[in-house]
Amino acid sequence: MAAVAGARWKRWVFLYLPLGAFVVVTLFPFYYMAVTSIRPDQEMYIPWNRPNFAPFWTLRPTLEHFALLFRETLFVRWLLNTLMISTLSTVIALFCGLLAAYALARLRFPMGGTLGSGIFVTYLVPQTLLFIPLGEVIRNFHLGDTPWALILTYPTFLIPFCTWLLMGYFRTIPRELEECAQIDGATRVQAMVRIIFPVAMPGILSAGIFAFTHAWNEFIYALVFLSSAQNKTIPVGVVSELVRGDTFFWGPLMAGALLGSVPVAFIYSFFVEQYVSAMTGAVKG
Amino acid sequence: MPQPAESAPATVLSKPTPIRTAAFGLGRLRRASRTERREWLLALILLTPALVMLGLFVAYPFVRGIWLGLLDSVVGREGQFVGLQNYAKLWNDSIFRRTAQNTFIYTGCATFLKLTLGMLVALMLNNLVGFKRILRASMLLPWIVPTVLSTLAWKWMLDPTFSIVNWILYQVGFIRLRVDWLGGPVMAMGSVILVNVWRGTPFFAITLLAGLQTISPDVYEAASIDGANAWQRFWKVTWPLLMPVTMVVVLFSVIQTFADFQLVYILTGGGPANSTHLFATYAYQIGVATGKLGEGAAASLAMFPVLFMVVLFQLWYIRRGEGGKGGA
Repeated sequence: MAAVAGARWKRWVFLYLPLGAFVVVTLFPFYYMAVTSIRPDQEMYIPWNRPNFAPFWTLRPTLEHFALLFRETLFVRWLLNTLMISTLSTVIALFCGLLAAYALARLRFPMGGTLGSGIFVTYLVPQTLLFIPLGEVIRNFHLGDTPWALILTYPTFLIPFCTWLLMGYFRTIPRELEECAQIDGATRVQAMVRIIFPVAMPGILSAGIFAFTHAWNEFIYALVFLSSAQNKTIPVGVVSELVRGDTFFWGPLMAGALLGSVPVAFIYSFFVEQYVSAMTGAVKG
Repeated sequence: MPQPAESAPATVLSKPTPIRTAAFGLGRLRRASRTERREWLLALILLTPALVMLGLFVAYPFVRGIWLGLLDSVVGREGQFVGLQNYAKLWNDSIFRRTAQNTFIYTGCATFLKLTLGMLVALMLNNLVGFKRILRASMLLPWIVPTVLSTLAWKWMLDPTFSIVNWILYQVGFIRLRVDWLGGPVMAMGSVILVNVWRGTPFFAITLLAGLQTISPDVYEAASIDGANAWQRFWKVTWPLLMPVTMVVVLFSVIQTFADFQLVYILTGGGPANSTHLFATYAYQIGVATGKLGEGAAASLAMFPVLFMVVLFQLWYIRRGEGGKGGA
């Protein structure tokens, strides 16, 4: 539409160049993260205004930062913690969200609308509003400094999202589908589990991917609820163990940041479409 | 009700619908009260897991938080009831006032910039023929990757001594002396906003793009025939049609930005000299770092009135949309 006839340069000036610039700025920090993670220390700490400051590449790549990360920190442990916590909280959230979404989208009962709005409202409650009292609750339940502190609290911001997304999804499934199953003698629950849930699989996958990346990214609960080094998640572990006072160990920090980003980016790359549809679906709900 | 997913419904609808469908109108009409009661019971059972989780870890802590805000609790000691003293203390605290001001500036500037940039990128992507998928996928990376980790990269890029951003600007000729990105209050605030915009723009762009793709090209054609130029087409056609999506994206983003924590915590830690604190980072500093739980709870609850109003507005907006046919 922008370029009606010919005007090739117009497309370059108004489309390709600005988009290109945007993508470069968007991706540059990741590139820089990667370069820094393999740059030897003596090359890294050269002030930027020295003539031999060569920021974009390194001639002597090294794995010393990764080695330090694996040898002197509990990075592998953090990785496993993060993986386990994200997976379990996603599973819990999907389970709760799936059932709730079915009820809200398909069943008629008093207060249904109010409950739907209530769940939507909790979707909008940011973690930072509740972290202090929630920390107390966690301590009272004797969950402090255990993975369960996160496995049980992460679903609170994942369930509303999953419910909301799946509700929208269920509404697109024709009612006749399960009604037929019921005519064939299936009970309502059987129809739900055998017919509707399988059909909703793409929606469940979308919600799952989205929830998993959210759980992987969470920071403040992990920061406040966990204290011992071996229980930490990647974001908290990297920040708390590789920053000592005012000293930042940039090499290992960037190596940790890179390795902490790769798993989500990897999973995401396989499910871009699902992720995007979850994201846009969640907004449009 | 707009479609929740672009690709999903097609697969659902393409499932063969059995022939017996027609038999069903009747069944649905004869809804005995017993079935109704069973439906209600089933709904209750299905909703229980979600409600228990949300009740235990959202509603209960919320009530606890309100109560905690009225106590003078410190870590390891039961608090005494002190009424609104915590709030009075915050009100008289110059850092807290600064924090409140910062949060509004941060939210306002960042949201405005994200919307503007996101809209521009969405419009460009919508006009792009090839590469759309790959661009969209790579563009979302800042949104996927843990904010703490990417913010660390930014902190390193903005380091006072080793800043690559300075180096680039110097090479291009924009600056002659070093810029201390995180050193002064104004620059630090600007840098924090900048990183937030970097992180949040993709979300705006992709969501707005999804909205744009639902607008039929015929509308533009009609507008063009009527002699509207590109500028007019945007403001008279695209903007109003996109409004429902824009509105929801902006409100979501306002809530997230207003309650932001990680970005400031990593980039400036609220400094220099407490000049870049947001509600959440200041609440963390009071409640967790210094252990004054009561005061900290009060500081984070101070966000509540604003968040509450945004949520009310959003609910109202969605309801209004539903009343008037699907919002779009």
